[in-house]
Amino acid sequence: MSTIFGSSIGRKLLMSLSGLFLVVFLIVHLSINLLLLVPDGGQMFNVAANFMALPLIKYGMQPVLFAGFIVHIIYAAILTAQNNKARGSSKYASGNNTKDVMWASKNMFVLGLTVLAFLAVHLADFWVPLQITHAVDSVTIDGVEMHNTYALVNASLSEAWRVVLYVIGALGLTIHLTHGFWSAFQTLGLSNNIWRCRWTVIGIAFAWIVGLGFTAIAILQFAFYQ
Amino acid sequence: MENNISLTLKVWRQNGPKDKGRFETYKLETVSVDSSFLEMMDVLNEQLINEGKEPVAFDHDCREGICGMCSLYINGRPHGPDDDVTTCQLHMRKFKDGETITIEPWRSAGFPVIKDLIVNRNAFDTIIASGGYTSISTGGVPDANAIPISKIDADEAMDAASCIGCGACVATCKNGSAMLFVSAKVSHLALLPQGQVEAARRAKNMVAKMDELGFGNCTNTGACEVECPKGVSISNIARLNREFLKAKLAD
Repeated sequence: MSTIFGSSIGRKLLMSLSGLFLVVFLIVHLSINLLLLVPDGGQMFNVAANFMALPLIKYGMQPVLFAGFIVHIIYAAILTAQNNKARGSSKYASGNNTKDVMWASKNMFVLGLTVLAFLAVHLADFWVPLQITHAVDSVTIDGVEMHNTYALVNASLSEAWRVVLYVIGALGLTIHLTHGFWSAFQTLGLSNNIWRCRWTVIGIAFAWIVGLGFTAIAILQFAFYQ
Repeated sequence: MENNISLTLKVWRQNGPKDKGRFETYKLETVSVDSSFLEMMDVLNEQLINEGKEPVAFDHDCREGICGMCSLYINGRPHGPDDDVTTCQLHMRKFKDGETITIEPWRSAGFPVIKDLIVNRNAFDTIIASGGYTSISTGGVPDANAIPISKIDADEAMDAASCIGCGACVATCKNGSAMLFVSAKVSHLALLPQGQVEAARRAKNMVAKMDELGFGNCTNTGACEVECPKGVSISNIARLNREFLKAKLAD
């Protein structure tokens, strides 16, 4: 066990497991965001957001989530650096004309950086005011006072530039997932000729559901909820 | 004349492992479309020798597509523009009259250039020596059908065993990874009962050796599978991952 993470497959295992963990996070995040589309003035969304701010989740789950992101990002950097070294210093003058290779699979690091850049903006937009500075209006629902998270999100998504940015972030994530999802299962060894096709189809469907889901929420909020 | 084409060749020339290397351009006026790529290289070398120049060094042996000795990165693809063939089985009918062909050696940190188009692929032999074998009790020859093996397993093992170790997978991989090669070698033994004795040790040792020799980490792009002259499937890589993780978790 001691050397497993020192091996190439061990490092890939960390990418795979942290990636799948972040996929679970995406499912939770998208589910709660869909409440933004419930036409009740944001009441359900606020209750859900308040639930996610419970101490158990804030201090118990959130550090795990951060750890998941950090492992995924750090190992992406390590693996990319090692792979560039293994490729060697001399490049092919005639380029690479290999066909039938998914573009996403060759650009996972760049796509990851796109998602990371988006993540930074996203944290500054919502996580910092909601959990650090608490510079958010309050609302009382059923006698419980809580942040009016809905108002914050709604106000943010009234600005066209931010909606565009969020759509770009969501599309970057989609393309990242079209390769990342099935690749995670391949790395775990849970794949063969039949399951590779299945994971790929499931992964592409999942990627577009997530990507279009976030995109639709941002655009609908901008267009119809102001 | 319609069976002949003329070509411009941009060939990588490098005097030795330490030399910087450069491209040289040569013109071939008459190349039969029926000749193989290596026969075309022979024509080029004949021409160079007649001009008093040094011929181009390139690897070749059986010229039947089974030994894995020929290499060459041709117009952006290992083994050239045809699919599922080695360079020796690539024919000049795949090229157009007047075309310029760029010919380079495999390039990756794991395969240093020895001279011109020849690279050092000893790393593959070192990986094989670290675990790509089975231990057999010597004695009388056992009956051929004493150990039943399912047709499915036998076919998959045979497909994996068709790897000729040419290194096209490493040459095309953006990560310089040897995972397709190692997975093929682990798979064809892991699928058969004869390979079970050393299964765990084999997966661990061969992966450790592959890492040690400076090959990259697989990111599942699948380029190796596309360029493999034997069509070895990346489902073997999933099997290697499985075998390796199983072995490590058992420790």
